[in-house]
Amino acid sequence: MEAPEPGAGSSAVAELAGASRSGDRRATARLLSLVERGGDPADEVASATQAHVGEAHVVGITGAPGSGKSTITNSLTTLLAEAGRRPAVLAVDPSSPLTGGAILGDRVRMSGASEAGVFIRSMATRGHAGGLALAVPGAVRVLDAAGFDPVVVETVGVGQVEVDVTAAADTTVVVVAPGWGDAVQANKAGLLEVADLFVVNKADRPGATDARRNLDLMLDLSTAITRPGTGRPSITMTTATEGDGIGELAAAVAGHLDLLCEGGELGQRREKRRIAEVRAHLEHLLAGAADEALTTEGLQPVQASESPMMAARRLARKLLG
Amino acid sequence: MDDPRSTLSGIPLSPVYGEGPLPGEYPYTRGVHSDMYRSRLWTMRMFAGFGTATDTNGRFRELLRSGSTGLSTAFDMPTLMGRDSDHPWSLGEVGRAGVAVDTVEDMADLFADIDLGGVSTSMTINGPAAIVLAMYVVVAEQGGVERGQLAGTLQNDILKEYQAQKEYIFPPRPSVRLVTDVIRFTAAEMPRWNPVSVSGYHIREAGSTAVQELAFTLANGFAYVEAAVAAGLDVDAFAPRLSFFFNSHVDFFEEIGKFRAARRIWARWLRDRYGAVDERSLKLRFHTQTAGVSLTAQQPETNIARVAIQALAGVLGGTQSLHTDSHDEALALPSEAAARTALRTQQVIAHETGVTGVADPLGGSAYVEWMTDEVERRAEEVFAHLDEIGGGSILEGVHEGIQSGWFMGEIAESAYRFEREVNAGERIVVGVNAYTEGNGSPGAELLRVGQETEDDQLARLATVRSRRDSAAVTASLRRVVADATDPEANLMPSLIAAVRARTTVGEIVEALEGVFGTYVETAVV
Amino acid sequence: MVDTGLPIRVVLAKLGLDGHDRGLKVVARMLRDAGMEVVYLGLRQTTDNIVAAVEQEDADVVGISMHNAGHLTLGPLIVKALGEAGLAVPVVIGGIVPDADLPELEAAGVAAVLGPGASVEEVVTTVRSAAGRDGST
Repeated sequence: MEAPEPGAGSSAVAELAGASRSGDRRATARLLSLVERGGDPADEVASATQAHVGEAHVVGITGAPGSGKSTITNSLTTLLAEAGRRPAVLAVDPSSPLTGGAILGDRVRMSGASEAGVFIRSMATRGHAGGLALAVPGAVRVLDAAGFDPVVVETVGVGQVEVDVTAAADTTVVVVAPGWGDAVQANKAGLLEVADLFVVNKADRPGATDARRNLDLMLDLSTAITRPGTGRPSITMTTATEGDGIGELAAAVAGHLDLLCEGGELGQRREKRRIAEVRAHLEHLLAGAADEALTTEGLQPVQASESPMMAARRLARKLLG
Repeated sequence: MDDPRSTLSGIPLSPVYGEGPLPGEYPYTRGVHSDMYRSRLWTMRMFAGFGTATDTNGRFRELLRSGSTGLSTAFDMPTLMGRDSDHPWSLGEVGRAGVAVDTVEDMADLFADIDLGGVSTSMTINGPAAIVLAMYVVVAEQGGVERGQLAGTLQNDILKEYQAQKEYIFPPRPSVRLVTDVIRFTAAEMPRWNPVSVSGYHIREAGSTAVQELAFTLANGFAYVEAAVAAGLDVDAFAPRLSFFFNSHVDFFEEIGKFRAARRIWARWLRDRYGAVDERSLKLRFHTQTAGVSLTAQQPETNIARVAIQALAGVLGGTQSLHTDSHDEALALPSEAAARTALRTQQVIAHETGVTGVADPLGGSAYVEWMTDEVERRAEEVFAHLDEIGGGSILEGVHEGIQSGWFMGEIAESAYRFEREVNAGERIVVGVNAYTEGNGSPGAELLRVGQETEDDQLARLATVRSRRDSAAVTASLRRVVADATDPEANLMPSLIAAVRARTTVGEIVEALEGVFGTYVETAVV
Repeated sequence: MVDTGLPIRVVLAKLGLDGHDRGLKVVARMLRDAGMEVVYLGLRQTTDNIVAAVEQEDADVVGISMHNAGHLTLGPLIVKALGEAGLAVPVVIGGIVPDADLPELEAAGVAAVLGPGASVEEVVTTVRSAAGRDGST
C-alpha cells in the first residue's frame, strides 16, 4: 500500500496499523517514524495499536561501548529467527548534542540478523519530540502490535535515560566484557541493579573467568542486585563473534520469562512500566505547558515583587486550574 | 647529463657531505647504502593490472621494453578477497581494478614470455597472499626456474587490512599465522624473496597523518617480528627480507623526515628490543608510491606536478623503489600514455636533476634533522601506547588496537579533520578550493574495462574446472584443511600442491574459512 | 514529499568487494554534522541487505559508495532492487564515475552522483535535494 504522509489523519494511521499487523514492513517502518515525530501523529499511532499490544516479550540488552551488545543482539535474534520466531530489534544510538545528527552504526554488526529476516530499526537518542523515554515505549508498542516477538531494545549503557529505557523491558540483559574495569563501569552506570541476566562476552579472551568471578562477588555482596520475583541473576558466558553460548543465552532469556509468568511478576512489571510511561507523558505535557506559560505575555510571567518560587506557584495555579 | 659525479657546470661532487653517522652507518638515518644512488638507482616499479591475465601480460612486456626494471601486479577485487570470478559477490568486479586470477593457469598467462629468473616481481595481495605465492612458484617451476631463483615481494601485510584497507578474509590471529607460514617458507627456500611488505601506504590513503602512517606501519612490522620469533625463527633469519612500503604525500619535508625517522627507529628497535645482530636486519628498505589520494579529478594535468614533487621526496628520503601515480588516476584506471608520463617523471629525477650524485643531500639541514627527530618522537608515543595495551607485546597491542577499533578511529578522525580544513579553506588544494579556473575542461582519454573481460574470464574458469581432475582437487583441499587445523604445520606445501591441481583461489579460501572463520569488522565511523 | 519535521534519514553503504571506506566515513560525518541521521551499513553489503535497511529504517535517501569501476553494473542494480521492493527512495552514488557514464546512470534512475573531492556543501545539498527537503535539515 502507499504509505500516507505524516499528519494525514487517524484513518490513514489506522490503515497503516492494519497493514503493519498483516506483515507490511514498510507500514511498520512508517508507523515508527510517526512515533519518533511525537505529537498528534504519535498519539494516533498509540491509539491504533493499543488493542494489539502485550503479546511480545520485551528484552533489553545493554552494556558498555565495545562490550559486544550488537554482536550478541545479532547472534541471538538470528538464532531465534532461524528457530521460527519473529524477532525485531530497536537499536538506540546517541545523537550528536551539537547538531542533532547521528551516525547509527549498529546494523554493521547485524547483517546476519538482517539476512535471517529480523526487523531492525535504528533510533537516535534525539531527533524525536519528547525524548527517548517517550519514543522507545511507543516504538516497542508498534513492533509488538505488528506481531514481532521478542522485541529486543539495544542501548549503550551510559546515561540514566538509556539505562531507564532498557530497564523498562520484561527481561534486562547486561553485557560485560573481560576486564575488571568493565564490571566497575557497569556498576557505576547503575547497570548491575537493573540486570535480570548477565552475559560475560568475549569468553575466549584472557580475563573472562575473572570477570565472571567479579560479577559473582558483586552479586554475593549486594542483595539489592537481585530483582524481585526472579531470584539471583544468572551469568552466561558467550563468544558472540563465534556464536558460542548464544543458545544458552536464548534459553536463559526464555527461562526468565517463564519465571516472570509463574510468579505473577510479569503483570507487575508491565504495570510499573505503564505508570512510568504515563509519568513521562505527563512530564512532557507539563514541560510544554510551562514553556508556553513563560512565553505568554498574558500570564505576566515576570513580576519584580515576586520571588521565583512565588511566581512559579502562581503560574502553576493558573495552568492546573 | 647522466654523470652524477659533477654538476651541470662541471663542479666535482663527493659521494657524501657532512659528519657521521654517514649513510650506510647505524642507525641509517641518512640511508642504507654508503653511496646511495651513485652505484645503483632505485627500482622504477610501475603497478599494472587490469582485465584478463593476457591483457596485463601485454602491459608488463610494454613496461619492460620502456625501461621499467621490476613488475608490480594489481589483482582485481574478487582475487584480493579470495573469491572466484563466478562467485555472486564478484559480479561487475572481474578484471575491473586489476587482473583476475582464479587458477594457476591465469598466473601462467600473466607471466607468459617473461623470464621469471631475471625480473623482480611485486604482488599486491594480502588475504590470499600465500595462495598467490604458491601459484607463482608453480608457474616458475613449469617454466624451468627454481623457486630459489625467484626475486620479488609479496605484500602479505594483513594487519593494515584490519586497520585501513579492509581487504581481510579470516580473523586476525589465523591471518597472522598465514603470514608467519610464508615467512618461514621463504626463509628456508626462497632467499631472494621478500615475504612481507609492511605497508603504510594504505593507512595513509585511508586518511591517516604522516606520523600515524609511520607509527602504525612500524608497529605492524614489530608485530610480525614478534610473531615469527614466536613461531621459532631467529630474528636474523628473516628480518633482512622484511621490506616496507610507504606513501609519499605532498608535504615535502614532513615526508622526508618520515622516511629518515623510519630507518632510525627500525634499526634501534631491531637491535635493542629484538636482539638482531646482522646489520641487514637493521636496515629498513622501502618501496614508495606517490599519494593517490592527493590526486584531484579537477584539472588532472596538475597531478603531474604533484607526483613529481612527491617522487622527489621519496628519492631524497632514500627509497629503494618507486611507483609514480598516473595523473588520470582520480578519474579511472591509468591509461597507457599517463602511465608512461609517470615513469618518465622518475627518469627525469634520476637522470636530469643531479639529486642522485650525493647520498642524503639534505642531511645536516637544521630543519630536516629537526623534522626527523620530531616525527620519531611522535611515533614513539604511539609505540608506548601499543606496548601498554599489549601488556609489553607490540603484537598483542596491535591485536587489541584492531579489536577495539582504536586504529580505525584514529584514522577516521584524521581524515575528517583534513576534509574540514579543506572545506573551511584553511588548507588550499589547487583546482579544488582555489584556482579553479579551467575546471571542467574535457578530460583525457580514459581506460575502460568492459563487460567482455568478465565474460571471457568466466569462460576460462569454466574450462579449467571442466578439464581438471576433480578427485585431485578434493584431495588437495582435504590436505589444506588438515594442515590448517594443525597449528604446527606450515600451509605452504599443501597450498602449492592444491594450486598445482588447478584448485581455485576461492575453493582454497572457503576451505580455510571452514577452519579459521570469516572476519567481520567492528565498524568505527 | 513534505517536510516531516524529522531529521533526514540516510542509509549509507558500500556495494561491492573493495574496502575503501574513507569516503563513506567522511560523508557519514558530514551528514551527521548537518543534522541528519545516518544509518551506516558499512562494507560489502548485498542489495538485499540494503533494500531491507531502506525499508525498515524508513530512509529518505540511500547513498552507495563504490570505488571499483563497477558503477555501471551495480548502480542500476540497486535502483532496480529498490523499485522491485516498491521503495521509491532516491539513490545517490559516490565514487570515481567518469563524466561519460553520467547519462547512463541517470537513465537508470540514479538520482545524483558525487565525485571525489566533493565539498561538504555539495554533499549536503545533494542529499537534501534528493530527499526533496531543500532548505531544511
